[in-house]
Amino acid sequence: MRLGTVVGMVVSTVKDDGLLGLKLLVVEDADVRGRRKGSAYVAVDAVGAGRGELVLTAAGSSARQTALTRDRPVDAVVMAIVETVEAGGEITYRKAAGGPDEGG
Amino acid sequence: MKAGRVIGSVVASRVAEGLEGRRFLLTVPVDDGDDVTGEEFVACDVVGAGRGSRVIWIGGKEAALAFGRDDIPVDATCVAILERHGQREEND
Repeated sequence: MRLGTVVGMVVSTVKDDGLLGLKLLVVEDADVRGRRKGSAYVAVDAVGAGRGELVLTAAGSSARQTALTRDRPVDAVVMAIVETVEAGGEITYRKAAGGPDEGG
Repeated sequence: MKAGRVIGSVVASRVAEGLEGRRFLLTVPVDDGDDVTGEEFVACDVVGAGRGSRVIWIGGKEAALAFGRDDIPVDATCVAILERHGQREEND
């Protein structure tokens, strides 16, 4: 899985039927401190993530292994919202109290 | 299956169905000299690995099979803890 920050949403009116009803998020890769690294991709939301939240994404055929995405044409899914990251014995990220902006 | 080293962990506040209670390990890929060969990633765990563990991890949808199922969205899982690995004789 990859660490990433939700930086936006995708609205699409013309799309494959397999994508109907799925929320598409723009996720930018992030480091262990939650700092953005500049490379972004689109992932289906399976956990109700909002803008600004640090998340984990699973890629490839693993992304289809949720009730929401089974047999759907997707190759990335947000499957966890991160609370804390510990690296090298140090807490490098802790979700801010009160949470980020709600992305809807 | 590839070698890696666990450098930390991730705690999630909300997870997709089937991932409740799973441990998430911050891991880096390493070569047979234990040198880091790429960027960190997050893996699930079935062997009780922790920070400092040298592990074998599997990627792709097979990562879910380590849990005996094919309906959880994980793409990396630590499946073995290494005592030692590599091709070199330990004579130095």
